[in-house]
Amino acid sequence: PRVGAAAASRGMASFTLPDLAYDYGALEPIISAEIMELHHSKHHRTYVTNMNSLHEQIEEAAAKGDASKLISLQPAYKFNAGGHLNHSIFFGGLCPPSEYEPPSGELAALIEAQFGSLEALQDKVTAATVPVQGSGWGWLGYDKAAGKLAIATCANQDPLEATTGLVPLFGIDVWEHAYYLQYKNVRPDYVKAIWQVANWKDVAARLEAAKSA
Amino acid sequence: STSAMPLNPHPAGHPHRKRSPEPRESTSAMPLTLMELPYPAEALEPHLSAENVTVHHQGHHAAYVTKVNAAVAGTDMAEMSAAEIMMQAEGGLFNSAAQVFNHDFYWQSMSPTGGGEPAGPIADAITASFGSFDAFKTQFSAAAGGHFGSGWAWLVADDAGALSIVSTHDASNPVKEGLGKPILTCDVWEHAFYLTHKNKKADYIQAYFSLVNWEFANANLTA
Repeated sequence: PRVGAAAASRGMASFTLPDLAYDYGALEPIISAEIMELHHSKHHRTYVTNMNSLHEQIEEAAAKGDASKLISLQPAYKFNAGGHLNHSIFFGGLCPPSEYEPPSGELAALIEAQFGSLEALQDKVTAATVPVQGSGWGWLGYDKAAGKLAIATCANQDPLEATTGLVPLFGIDVWEHAYYLQYKNVRPDYVKAIWQVANWKDVAARLEAAKSA
Repeated sequence: STSAMPLNPHPAGHPHRKRSPEPRESTSAMPLTLMELPYPAEALEPHLSAENVTVHHQGHHAAYVTKVNAAVAGTDMAEMSAAEIMMQAEGGLFNSAAQVFNHDFYWQSMSPTGGGEPAGPIADAITASFGSFDAFKTQFSAAAGGHFGSGWAWLVADDAGALSIVSTHDASNPVKEGLGKPILTCDVWEHAFYLTHKNKKADYIQAYFSLVNWEFANANLTA
């Protein structure tokens, strides 16, 4: 998450909505332009706005040493900051279908070794993600201690790393706002289709960063 | 309230039985059947679109009925209502059974002739418990709008008839959680409103108040 320079100079954090690396329509026909615009400019933007407001309140409470207030702010912070973290990873993990490239190099080797094939990995992530109850996320993550890829799901906007310790590599948003206008209640079709716009270069970069962290 | 909630598999007491004989809940045993909407799918327009209502009812609500039936077939729960199953089950079966109950309650909580100010016992109870109808609307809107993720906002009554507002997460409900007798509910899963209102959840909650079925609320309160 980027910190706004002006706010940082006041000693206060300020988070900004990251731009997409592609136009809203660029993921068609996998994810519609209408969804991408709402998802980014409304849903993600709201998480950033709320996160900034909460940061101010948290900093104020911390400065006063008001523990009770800090605790009371935690659920909203987890939700909104989690939302910002998750969506930043999500949007960066997608690319136009015309730019799709399968995994290569070290990432491909890891996938092959652990799952046998890219298809097998995708099937496993899909199988874990589709049945997520209510709103949540499916994740391909990296277990630093074990040096292995891992599959996990999280509820609501709970962020992967803070919740499980796994480093997020690729996330699938299964909140209904992520797919409903196009796929309606047929979530499996959306999850199966999203692999066509998976940005494996971004996944590889995240894996690289996780390994050297 | 710390007193045990008596299980009532027909919490609404079939409020409309006098006027129409068709079942209002997906509670007939062996197997459960999807309740009919109490009104045509387009009857809630413009507050909820016909497509929104249809996909919600024929897609989501129907799928929960199917899942329950598949899960309990051949077991002693195959004779039970959704409300009975939800009280005994956990995990996936609880989710499905509770969502059958919740959606049954939701469709009845709205009416094409609903909305406006409450009348009857519910009006008095709202004034007594919240101070005013506006105060109730503000509080209910906050509960519905402020819920993190999927869930439901409920108006509930305790044994003494005092009202309060609770929100429950995902498939849960006040009966399961022992939070009181349900009077009204508003579904705040995104599928409940997205096809009509997209991301504008506040617009949906406002629209809900144009549909709220005070007759159903009165029937539940006095049951």
